[in-house]
Amino acid sequence: MATIPANEGFDAHDHAHDHDHDHKPAFFARWFMSTNHKDIGTLYLIFAIFAGIIGGAVSGMMRAELAHPGIQYLGYFAELLGTATPTFDQQLHLWNVLITAHGLIMVFFMVMPAIIGGFGNWFVPLMIGAPDMAFPRMNNVSFWLTFVGFLSLMFSAFMPGGTGQGAGTGWTVYAPLSTSGSVGPAVDFAIFSLHLSGAGTILGAINFITTILNMRAPGMTLHKMPLFVWSVLVTAFLLLLALPVLAAAITMLLTDRNFGTTFFDPAGGGDPVLYQHLFWFFGHPEVYIMILPGFGIISQIISTFSKKPVFGYLGMAYAMVAIGVVGFIVWAHHMYTTGLDVNTKMYFTAATMVIAVPTGIKIFSWIATMWGGSIEFKSPMIWAIGFIFLFTVGGVTGVVLANGGVDDNLHDTYYVVAHFHYVLSLGAVTSLFAGFFYWFPKMSGRMHSEFLSHLQFVIFFIGVNLIFFPMHFLGVQGMPRRYPDYAVAYSYWNEIASYGYVVMAGSMVIFFINIAYAFLAGKKAEGNYWGEGATTLEWTLSSPPPFHQFETLPVIDDAAHAH
Amino acid sequence: MSLADTARTAGKALRTFGRTLGVAFALTFGTAAMAAAPAAPVAVAPVAADSTAAAQTAPVDAGSYTPMAPTPGKGMPVDKGWTFQDQYSPTGEEALFMHDVILMPVIVAISVLVLILLVVVAAKFNKRANPVASKTSHNTLIEVVWTLVPVLILVVIAVPSIRLLAHQYDPAPKGAVTVKVTGYQWYWGYTYPDNGGFEVISNMLPDEEALKRGEPAQLAVDNRMVVPAGEPIRIQTIGSDVIHAFAVPSLWFKLDAVPGRINEKVLMIKEPGVYYGQCSELCGARHGYMPIAVEALPRDKFEAWVKTQPGGTVGPAEAAAPAVVPAAAPAEAPAADASTAPAA
Repeated sequence: MATIPANEGFDAHDHAHDHDHDHKPAFFARWFMSTNHKDIGTLYLIFAIFAGIIGGAVSGMMRAELAHPGIQYLGYFAELLGTATPTFDQQLHLWNVLITAHGLIMVFFMVMPAIIGGFGNWFVPLMIGAPDMAFPRMNNVSFWLTFVGFLSLMFSAFMPGGTGQGAGTGWTVYAPLSTSGSVGPAVDFAIFSLHLSGAGTILGAINFITTILNMRAPGMTLHKMPLFVWSVLVTAFLLLLALPVLAAAITMLLTDRNFGTTFFDPAGGGDPVLYQHLFWFFGHPEVYIMILPGFGIISQIISTFSKKPVFGYLGMAYAMVAIGVVGFIVWAHHMYTTGLDVNTKMYFTAATMVIAVPTGIKIFSWIATMWGGSIEFKSPMIWAIGFIFLFTVGGVTGVVLANGGVDDNLHDTYYVVAHFHYVLSLGAVTSLFAGFFYWFPKMSGRMHSEFLSHLQFVIFFIGVNLIFFPMHFLGVQGMPRRYPDYAVAYSYWNEIASYGYVVMAGSMVIFFINIAYAFLAGKKAEGNYWGEGATTLEWTLSSPPPFHQFETLPVIDDAAHAH
Repeated sequence: MSLADTARTAGKALRTFGRTLGVAFALTFGTAAMAAAPAAPVAVAPVAADSTAAAQTAPVDAGSYTPMAPTPGKGMPVDKGWTFQDQYSPTGEEALFMHDVILMPVIVAISVLVLILLVVVAAKFNKRANPVASKTSHNTLIEVVWTLVPVLILVVIAVPSIRLLAHQYDPAPKGAVTVKVTGYQWYWGYTYPDNGGFEVISNMLPDEEALKRGEPAQLAVDNRMVVPAGEPIRIQTIGSDVIHAFAVPSLWFKLDAVPGRINEKVLMIKEPGVYYGQCSELCGARHGYMPIAVEALPRDKFEAWVKTQPGGTVGPAEAAAPAVVPAAAPAEAPAADASTAPAA
C-alpha cells in the first residue's frame, strides 16, 4: 500500500500569511496566474470544451451544406460572418475557411489541450506522487499561449485571405496556395496562431519530460509508472522533436509571404514539395501525439474495471515507444501522389505498414487484460470498449492507405477523411470521453449520472458511425475531399452522413445536461469511487484532491499498486 | 486574330501540298510507302474525306471529331455506389485486385476478430459470470504469437503491394503520345507536344449545359482530353499557379500538378470511352469546379481529332522529349482560340 501522509496539516513551503492546508489564492490570482497543475488542467479542459463546441459547430455548418447537392447555405453563412452580399467565389472561399478552421481547432485547440494539457496536467503529477509539475509557472505560460493562439485563429477568420475572408488553405497550409495564393493577413494570423500555441506546447513538453524523469516518488521506477504516464512521456518527446519542424516550416511560409524569400516558390529556386516534407515530418508524429495519451487513458480504465493489472505491461510501454519512434520515419505516406521516386514510395509503404505491429500488440493486450477479469460495465469502461473496436476499424483502413499503389486512388478522397475521423473522432475523442467520465468526479467532487453517460455513448456511437462510415463509400467512388459540392451520384451517402451529425449533436446535448446535473444534483464523490480495481495514486486522495498534495512524498513499495 | 487565321490557312495549305506529294509517292513506290505506315492511312483518308470536307470550313485533312457520349456507370460514380469505380487500365485492375482480394478480406477479418473477442470477453468475464478476477498479466507465448502473426500478414500484403508500385512506375515507351497536363486556377490545359504543341483548355460545363449534353453535372467539361485507347500514354503534370492534382478514379490515376516540377507517369486506357475525374489538391475557391474528362478513342479517330486542333499533326513521334519545352511557347497563341476546338 502506498504510504501517504496521515494528515496534510503540515506543509513545508513558505507563505507570508496564515493559512490552512487547503488554502487557495483569490480568484484572479488563482485562475489567471495559476501555478497549480490541477487548476491549469481545469483551465485546459474548459478551454478545450469551449473550442470543441466552436469546431463542432463549424463541422455542423459543413454537413448542412453537404446534405444535398448544390450550394445552399454558404451565402447565408458568409453574410453571418460579415460579408454583405457575398459573390459565389467568396462563398466558395468560405468553404475552404470552414474546413481549415475545423481542422486547426479540433487538432490544436481541442484534442491536444484536453488530452495533454487537461488530463496530462491533472493526473501525471498525481500518478507519480509528485506535488506539482517541475515548472509550475511555465505550465501557466503554456496555457495562456494556447489561449492567445486560439484568439489569433479566430481573428484570422475576419481578415482578407484570398478570394474572401479567412485562411482557406486546409489545416495543412500547403504552399503555394498559402503563400502567393492567399493575399491578405488571414494566413499570417493563422501562422501566428500556430507559433503561439506551438510554443506553449513545446514548453509543456519540456515540463512533462522533466517532471516524469525527475519527480517520481521514491520506489517508482520507470517500469512501475502507470501506463498513462508512459504515454504522456512518449508524447512529450514527440512534441519536443516534431513541433520545432512545424515552427520552421510555417516561419518559412511567413517569410515567403512577407519578406521576399522563395523557399517554396520555383521562380526563385524553391520547391513547393519541400513544404510538404517539412509539414508532414511534424504532421505524422502529430497524429500519434493525439492518440498516444488516449492509449494511456484506455489502459488505466480497462485495468480498473477488469480489476486486473494491464496484460504485458512492458510490451504496452515499449509498443508506445516503438509507435513514437517509427512514427518519425513514415511521413511521406501523406505525399504519395506528389511524384515521389519509386524507391522512396516503396520504402514509405513498407515502413508505414510496420506501425500496425505495435498497435496490434496494444489492442490484443487490452483484450487480454479483460480476459479473466471481473468486468463492471461502468460508463468509462463502455467508452473504452467502444474505443478498442472503433480504433481497430480506423486503424485497418490506415493499413489500406499505407499501400502507396492503392493510395493513388484514395488520396485526397473521402476515404482518407473516413480513416482519420475513425481514429480521431471515434478514437481520440472516445478516449477523451472515457477519461472524462473516469476522472470527472475526482476533479469536481461530484458524481455524474451513469445513466446519462451510457445514453450519450449509445447515441454518440450511432451518430458518429452514421457520419463517417458512409465516407468510405464516397471515397472509393472517387469523391474528393475539401469540396463544397459534389456530383449527384454522391448524394445518398452524403445525406446519411448529415443526418448522422444531427444524431451526434443530440448526444452532445446529453453530455452537457450530464455536467449540469453533476454540479446541481450529483452525489459527493469519495476518494476512490471505482473500487478495488483503481490502484493508481490519484485514488488515494480525496475528490477533489487538496489544493496541494504529496507534500510528503508517498513511498512505492508494491509494484502491483503503482500501475 | 487574323495572324492566327493566316497561320492556320498556311498550315493547312502546306499540309495539302504535303499530302499530295505523299499520295504520289504511295502510288509510285507501293511497298516503300506501305512501310512508312503512318503516312499511308493519312494519305488515303483525305481522298474519302474530300466529299465530307465540304461540310467543314477547312480544307481536306481537317480531321473530324464528335464528342463521344458517356456510358452511364462507366468512368463515373454511380448512385449509392459503395465500391471502387469499374477499372479500365491494367494497373487499375491490378490495384483493384490488391484491394478487393488481398486487403479487404484481411481488414474485415481483423475487425470481426476484435469484435468477437470483445463480445466473448463481455459475456464470459463480466462481474456476475466471473466474480474473482485472475491475476494473470503475462504469457510469453501469446505475446510472441500476436507479434509474429501480424508481421507475417504484413509481409503477405507487402509483396504484391511493392509489385504493384513497380508496375505503376513502368515508364511509357518511346513513341507514346505525350500529354502535358497543366493545372490552372481553375481549369485544366492539355498540351500535346508530340502532335504540334497545341493546348486544349478544359473548363467545367454549367450543370444545365452538362445535363443537356447527357453528361453528369459537376463532371462534364467543354473540351475533353482526347487520347488514343489501347496504347500507353505519357502523362506529365505541372501546376501553373498553385498545386492541383490530375485524377481519374476509373483509371486508378492520380498525379499532383506542382508548380516548377514536371511529374510523369504512364497511363494506359484499355478501351474507348469517357472517363471523368476531379481536381484532387486544394487549390483555392473553385477547387471543386475544375473536373477532368478523358476521352479515349481508337487510334484513327484520335488522329482525326488531332487534326481538328490548331497546328495538330500526326506523324512518327521522333520529337518526343524535346518537343515538350518549345511546344509550350507555340501553344500560347493557338491556345487562345483553341477554347472551342471541336468546331474549328
